[in-house]
Parts: sequence; structure tokens; C-alpha cells
Amino acid sequence: MTSIVATNQTILVVGGGIAGMTAALEAAETGKQVVLVEKNPWLGGRTAQLYRYFPKMCHPTCGLEINLRRLKANPRIQVLTMAEVTGISGEAGNYSVNVTLSPRYVNNKCTACGECSKAVNSEIADAFNYNLGKVKAAYLPHDMAYPQRYVLDPSIIGTADAEAAKAACKVGAIDLDQQTETVSLNAGAIVWATGFQPYAAEKITPYRYGEFKNVITNVEFERLADPHGPTKGKILRPSDGKEAKNVAFIQCAGSRDENHLRHCSRFCCMASLKQTHYVQEAFGDEGKSTIYYIDIRAIDRFEDFYQKVKANPNVAFVKSKVARISEDKNGDPRLWGVNTEGYKRYSEPHDLVVLAVGMEPAVKGMAIPAALSEGIVADSSGFLAMNGNTGVFGAGCATNALDVNRAVQSATAAALRAIQVVNQVARAEN
Amino acid sequence: MSVNNTEMAVRYKNNFLKELEDQAEMGEWIKMCMQCGVCAGSCPTNFHPGWDHPPQEIFMMVRAGRREEVLTSNSMWMCTSCYNCYVRCPRKLPITHIMHGIANYAHRLGVAPKLQPTRNFGKIFWNNAAKTGRVNEVMLTVDLYFRNAEGKFDLMGGIKKALEMQSVAIGLVKAGRLNPLELFGGHKCKDQKGLQSMLKKARELEETRKALKAA
Repeated sequence: MTSIVATNQTILVVGGGIAGMTAALEAAETGKQVVLVEKNPWLGGRTAQLYRYFPKMCHPTCGLEINLRRLKANPRIQVLTMAEVTGISGEAGNYSVNVTLSPRYVNNKCTACGECSKAVNSEIADAFNYNLGKVKAAYLPHDMAYPQRYVLDPSIIGTADAEAAKAACKVGAIDLDQQTETVSLNAGAIVWATGFQPYAAEKITPYRYGEFKNVITNVEFERLADPHGPTKGKILRPSDGKEAKNVAFIQCAGSRDENHLRHCSRFCCMASLKQTHYVQEAFGDEGKSTIYYIDIRAIDRFEDFYQKVKANPNVAFVKSKVARISEDKNGDPRLWGVNTEGYKRYSEPHDLVVLAVGMEPAVKGMAIPAALSEGIVADSSGFLAMNGNTGVFGAGCATNALDVNRAVQSATAAALRAIQVVNQVARAEN
Repeated sequence: MSVNNTEMAVRYKNNFLKELEDQAEMGEWIKMCMQCGVCAGSCPTNFHPGWDHPPQEIFMMVRAGRREEVLTSNSMWMCTSCYNCYVRCPRKLPITHIMHGIANYAHRLGVAPKLQPTRNFGKIFWNNAAKTGRVNEVMLTVDLYFRNAEGKFDLMGGIKKALEMQSVAIGLVKAGRLNPLELFGGHKCKDQKGLQSMLKKARELEETRKALKAA
């Protein structure tokens, strides 16, 4: 059994992405006891899956490493990975929470040597790389993964592969008898930081995502550009591995659309502007980017970034929401629409199309435990909004479409609110 | 049904958008357009010449107050009612219906292009069907074919067109869809008096609704 120390002065943080990690760290560094629950086998969430940040074009590994160091140095945070909250009851200052832990089949003796991976034959889709490639069924989710421990995929349990992995492990870290377990713990306040999922691009039927291989999403493009990604950082298009030197970006793919996501996802304009840098860096003057947009929303200080991209002669801007995509015989996706500056019709082939898909809150459609739904309501897009006196606080992209910077601000605010609740509990008990 | 063009132009001086909101069916939606261009790009009439302005351009022209250009344009009449733009519009504008609404308003004002084929056929079809409640295919064809480009009666042109369409006509006769004897009076729906009073009532209701909106 997993043992967790938690009281009604503990703050539970649900979700271990950039917002959840921030909220947990901020609260713990003021001296509060924190339990951080993460569904994936690793922390960092979608931030860890980015290649670079805007606007400074630095690598998320850097920012995440600082947070991980703070986390490792802080004894007041207990991290539960492969864990999901399955039930909450009680009220502000006195919650009882059920957490279901899935087996990793690897215990904390793991040294991440990789011998088990070599011993295993079967492969599974590489979730960290948005299923663009395959990984062995005994895998380290990514190079920076925290905890730095391998995972055995449940699909090989009971097969010869699992036994081979166990035999290969020199430190006895593989435990094939691990079972799913549910633990219950107390908490005084809860920070709900379950983040977002990229909008399901196949729902935008005229863009034929999933059908045309050379139509991909912006999150997938991050993985293509990343040296740790499936192409080792080479921007190759999926259909034939050709270098994608002529890339189209379609803005508002799903966002600002009553048929899909009614909100503006805010980050996608900056993400595409950032991604034109990847094309420029990979191919120099041969790398051409075209951004199809309704209007560019580079908010406040990001305007400078936009102006710099605009001045790049290798980046073109077409003011138009693309109507549909067809595919040429050579696999080139062809974009059809009308340029609303001058109302000229176009039909343009590109090597690769990147759909700048928006953010759908992960809480949408999620079974939010009853005690929570009383205090929390969703807005018309499914983002969490507070409703009255509660000890549950949304943070990061669970509450709004935010970039990393704003998600961190939101998490800090949520941590402060959670601290206020447990402080009241502490005073009541004195 | 008709409205005085000059009177309307004066009443809504410099506010064509308001005029369409009041007077044209679905006109209140025009202001919701965000000019993304997806309607124009989705139009199946795509690279065909002959229609002046795609929907989002029409909507922008409405806002810009280019009244005469919009109302006399053939654009609204080129719509094939395929509803591609309607289902793709990110703001859920009923674009097909808006186009029809503006077209109908231009028609009521009497400024729509006179012999625009869609409008011309629409008029002939309506007058034909509203007479007895049933379409007289023979008379419809006669009215449509025996007119020249200026709208004048044209015997030789009509015969020529009729001969061109001969095989289609024979097919229709064989299938029982066209009776040549209807040249001397067609079939009717049962309650002729009831039909006419129903149409009259519908017209009255429409007038009242439009008068209320305009007030």
C-alpha cells in the first residue's frame, strides 16, 4: 500500500503540469503540506512537450528543471504519478479524497539504466510525441521525465516480454505484482489544474486531418521540430519524409468557431509565429511559412514578436480562414479560400499544413466529483469558474485558455487562495 | 408588396445596415460577420465568373453603406442554396437565408437586376404556381423560352430552344411528368377559393410583420 501523509491542512493539487507544479511549489514553499496528483507517469504536462517557448525562444526543459529542483528540494510535497482523483466529499477545510493509482510495475529502485527496454520486443504508440512514433513497451516517457523511472505498459503484463524485462533488471526494480489501488486522503483545499487538450482536429472536417498525412496539428509540429522528437528535430513531412520547406499555418482551427470551440484560445497566434522560426532556422531562406489568419492576436508585449516575424521576407500572411483542403497527387495539401484583402480566390499547394488547434479544457466531459460541482461551474466553453464559497480553486488552463506565463500567474493566485483556506482551518484548531 | 426605393433610401439615410436589419429577412445577422472569408471560400460557384461579390464582401459593403451597389448586384441571385457557407460559418450566420433576404428586399424595391436568370425564373415559377396551386409545366416552359434577352416575346427563339430541349420534354411526357394538353389549361388543386384566400392572408401577415419592423 502506498502511504500518504495528509490532514485537513494539506493542499491537494490535481494535475502536475506547469500550473499544478507551480501551485504545489508556491504553497509548499510557504510551509504548507502538499499532495500533487498527476495522471501521467511524469510531471510537466503539455509544457514538457513543447520544443521552445515564446517569446524568448528558450527551451521548456530549462524552466522545468528549475521547478523540478525546487520540487526535489522540498520535503513538504508528495508526488503521486499515474494517479487520478476518483472521488471527493466534504467541504472547504475538510475534504476526503479518493485517488486511484495505476501500477507502473517499476518501483523506486529504478536507476533508469534502460536494460528492461532493450529486453522488451513489443512496441506501443509514443504518447509523449503525440503518437507520431513508437516506443518500446518498457520505456522512459522522455529524457527529462520526473520521476526518472521507467514504465511498463500494461499491455505486456503476463507476457514473455514482461518476464524478460524483469530478468534484465539488475537492481530488482521491476515488480510485476503491482495492482491498481485506491487510497483516500484528507485535504483542506484543492487546486484543480487539469489543463487542456488540443482540440480534436478531425472534427474540422473540411481540413481532412487524419485523412491527409501532411495535415498535422501545432502540438505535433512542436515534436517534429524538437531534437528529442520522432524525427530528431528534422522538419520532415509524414507522408514521404520529404523536407517540409513550404509550411502553411491555419489559425483558428477550431477556435472562435461556434461549431467547435467558441472561445479564442489565445496562444495559437503566438505559437504559429514562433513556429515560423523553426522553419526559418531549419532551412534558412529556403524555408517559407504562410500564415492564414482571421486576425493576429499577439496580445500586449507580444506585438514586438509579431512585428519581427512580419518583417521576415520568408513569412507571408494571408488574411483568410481557409475554407477547405484538398490533396495533390504528389501528396501536397492544397488550401482553398478567399483572401479577404482584395477578395481574391486562391488555391495554394504547400509541403505541410499545420493546424493551429485551440485549447479544449480537459475538465470538459470529465466526471467532476459531486462535492466539487457544487462549488464549481463551467463557463460556456467548459472552463472552470468559481461559484461561491468553496475550498476548490481552478488553476492554469483548466480555468481559461492561457499560455505558460499566464498559467503560472493563475496557479500562483490559486495557491494563495488555497493557503487562505488551510490557514483558517489551522486557526480554528488552535 | 413593393416598397418605394427613394423613400427607404431617405428614411435610412447613411444607415444601410439598419435598413437591412429592419427590412430584409435575417438582416439582423449581418453585423455578426467577422470577415473570415470561409463562406466565400466554401462556395461551390468558386472559380466561376459572373458573380460580383462573395457573401462576406457583400456584408462588408452593407456596413460601408454601399446601398446601390449591393441592391443592384447579381451576387445574391447567384446563390445555389447549397448551404455550405451556412454550416461552416464560425459565427453561425444563416448566410444562405441572409443572401435570399437581401435578394428579396432588392426585388421588392424594384432595383434588382431585371432579367437576372434566377430572379426571372423565380417570378415566372411563382406566378405560374400561385395561379392554381399546381405548376403548369407547359406554360412555365412557354413563359421561360419564348422571351429574348430583353424580356420581349420571341417566337423563333422559343421554337429554337424548345427543339434543343426536345429529348428532355419527351422523357418527361413518357414519365407522366408533362402533359402537352396543359397548354389549354392545367390541373389544379381542389379548393381554388381556399388557396387564394390563404395566399392573401399570408401576404397580409407578411405586410403587417414588415410594417411593424419598419415602424
